Amino acid sequence: MNKKQKKMLIRIIIAALLLIGLNFIPVSGILKFILYLIPYLIIGYDILLKALKGIKNRQVFDENFLMAIATVGAIALALYEQSGDYIEAIAVMLFYQIGELFQSYAVGKSRRNISDLMDIRPDYANIEHDGKLEKVDPDEVAIGTMIIVQPGEKVPIDGIVTEGASTLNTSALTGESLPREVKSGDEIISGCINMTGVLKIQTTKEFGESTVSKILDLVENASSRKSKSEDFISKFARIYTPAVCFAALALAILPPIVRMLFMGIPAAWGTWIYRALTFLVISCPCALVISIPLSFFAGIGGASKSGVLVKGSNYLETLSQTKIVVFDKTGTLTQGVFEVDGIHHNQIEGAKLLEYAALAESASSHPISKSLQKAHGREIDRSRVSDIREISGNGITACVDGHQIAAGNDKLMEHLGISYISCHSAGTIIHMAIDGKYAGHIVISDIVKPNSKAAIEALKKSGIKKTVMLTGDIAKAADHVASQLHIDTVYSQLLPADKVAKVEELLNTKSGNDKLAFVGDGINDAPVLRRADIGIAMGAMGSDAAIEAADVVLMDDDPMQISKAIKISKKCLRIVYENIVFAIGIKLICLFLGAIGIANMWLAIFADVGVMIIAVLNAIRALFVKKL
Amino acid sequence: MKKTYKIDVDCANCANKMEDAAKKTEGVKDATVNFMTLKMIVEFADGHDPKTVMQAVRKNCKKVEDDCEIFL
Repeated sequence: MNKKQKKMLIRIIIAALLLIGLNFIPVSGILKFILYLIPYLIIGYDILLKALKGIKNRQVFDENFLMAIATVGAIALALYEQSGDYIEAIAVMLFYQIGELFQSYAVGKSRRNISDLMDIRPDYANIEHDGKLEKVDPDEVAIGTMIIVQPGEKVPIDGIVTEGASTLNTSALTGESLPREVKSGDEIISGCINMTGVLKIQTTKEFGESTVSKILDLVENASSRKSKSEDFISKFARIYTPAVCFAALALAILPPIVRMLFMGIPAAWGTWIYRALTFLVISCPCALVISIPLSFFAGIGGASKSGVLVKGSNYLETLSQTKIVVFDKTGTLTQGVFEVDGIHHNQIEGAKLLEYAALAESASSHPISKSLQKAHGREIDRSRVSDIREISGNGITACVDGHQIAAGNDKLMEHLGISYISCHSAGTIIHMAIDGKYAGHIVISDIVKPNSKAAIEALKKSGIKKTVMLTGDIAKAADHVASQLHIDTVYSQLLPADKVAKVEELLNTKSGNDKLAFVGDGINDAPVLRRADIGIAMGAMGSDAAIEAADVVLMDDDPMQISKAIKISKKCLRIVYENIVFAIGIKLICLFLGAIGIANMWLAIFADVGVMIIAVLNAIRALFVKKL
Repeated sequence: MKKTYKIDVDCANCANKMEDAAKKTEGVKDATVNFMTLKMIVEFADGHDPKTVMQAVRKNCKKVEDDCEIFL
C-alpha cells in the first residue's frame, strides 16, 4: 500500500468506528446531525471538494459529483423528514471509499505482478578494464565491445560468444524451462540468464536494438492499442452516466407531479427524491471501466509469461476470433533443417554409402551437403578425396579412396548413363554410384517438428475450422507433410508473392467475423504476416524482422504455442464478456429495482462496490494461463 | 512525432477523461492514455512544439481530473 492508500484506510477505519460508536449515543435533533456530520466529513471531504472543483471546471456527471449529490441529498432528506437517519448517507460514502481503495490496491498489485513477470531488464553490463570487471550502463556499450557475463547474471546485450561455454536459462523469454547450451562462436541473445560458466561476449547490437529492449518495449506498449471491447466501454461510460443522471432527475420530478395533478393523491416528494438519489449511487460506471482494461492487461501479462508476446489488446481480441490458421511450412511446422531420412536400395552398407556421400560432398557448403556431413557424424579426412567436380544443378563426382563416386539427382545419373531406381519418398533424393555402378540413394528431407501434429490437433480442438499450409516446396513433399499432420488444404510451389495472393484469396472467401491467422517464422514472410488479420511469428528469439512485422510473437518455435496463444486470448475475452454482461446486467437490475422502490441506497452501494470487486477479481484471473 | 509521458491518476474512468481532454488540446493529433501502465502517448501535429503543447494538455487534464499528474 502506498501513502495515499494508507491514509484512506485510516480514514475508513476512523469513520467506521465513529459510526458504530454514535449508534450507542442517545442524542436527537440538531445535536445528532452535528455528531453524525463528523464521520461524514472525515470519510467524504475529498469527494465533496472534488465535486465542487468539478462544477467549477464544468465537469459535472463524474462520480464525485454523483456521490456528493446522493449523500448530501440523503442527509437533507433525513433533516427535512426529521427521521434522523443519517447513517445511510455516511455508509454510502464509506462503502464507496472502501471500493475505491480496493480498486486502487488491486490495480497497483496487478501492475506490480505483471511488471515482475517481465523482469528481464538487465541493469548493467560488465566490461573488463585493466583486468578488473567494471559495471556500466548497458546503454553505453558500443557495438563490438567485449562484455563478460558471470554465472547468475542476465545477458544484457545480443552478441556472439567468443570465449567460454555455459548453460542458459531462457525461461524469462520463452516460458520454456529447458536450459539451452552455448559455446564459443554461438549467437547469444539478451534476456537469458547465464547459469553455469563465465561467458565472454562480443556485442553485435546496441542495447536499444537488442532483443530484451525490443520485447520490453513491445509488452509495455501492448495495452495502449485498445480493443473494440475497450472502445465500447469508454463510449458506453460516456453515455451511461449522463443518461442515468437525467433519469434520476426525471424520477424525482415527474412521478410526484403526475400523482398530484392527474391522480389526485399526495405527491410524496420524499419517496421519489430518495429513489432518484439511489439511482445516482448506482450510476457510477467504475466496475466496467476498470475491469475491461485490467482483463486485457492481465491477459497480455500472462501470455508474455508463457512466451507469447501480444502487441495489443486489439490483437488479443482478433486472436480469440480466429477460425482459419494458415501455416508456412518450412521453419514453422518443419524444423527448416535438412536431415538424412533414409537410405534405400543400397548395395553396400548404409553407413559406408553415407561416408562416401559425405566425403564427395565435403567441399560444398550447400545445406544438403551439410546434412550429409552431419549424418556421417565423424571428422572428414579431406585427403581421401580428390578430383571433385561439381556439375551445377545435378550433383558431384569425385574420387574417394580410389573409387569413382557420383552423388546427385536423377539428371546426374542420366547424364552418366547409369540406370537408377526412383524413390517414392517425399524429399530430396541423392542417388549414389560407385565406379559407374548404381549403389542406392539417400533421402534427405526437412523433418516435421515433434509437436506439429499435436499442435494441429489442439488447434482443431480449440475451435479452428480450417488449417491451410503454404509452401514454396514441391507438391510431393508438401502433400506428404500435410497428410502426416492432417492439414486440410495445401498450396505448394508458391513464390513469396504467391503466398500473399493466396492469403488474400482466403481472406475473401472466409465468412463474417471469422479471422484468419498466418503463422510464419518471420524469415521472408513479413508481407504475409502483415496482410493476414493477425500475423503470428514463431521462434522470434533474435529475429527483428519477425518482431516488427507480426502482431503476435511466439518466443519459442514450438507449434504448440499457437494453440496456447489462442486459448489465452479466448480465456481473456471470455472474462471480458463476463464482466461486461455481469456489470451492466446488475446495474440495470438495480436501476429497475431502485425505480420501483424495492432497492434502497444500501443495496445500491453494495451493487456498485460489490460488482466492482467481483469484476476486478475476475479480471485478474486472466493472468493465470499456465495450465491452458 | 510521438512521445510517451508518465502519468499518475487514480481511476480508470479518470484516465479515459484525460485521454479525451488531451485529444481535444490544440496541437495534439492523437493521444492514448494507458491506465494500466500509467503512460500517456501523445502524437503531436506538425508545426507544434511538444513542450508548449504538453503544458496545455496538462492544464486541460487538470481541469477534467483534479487529481491527475503528467510528468513532463
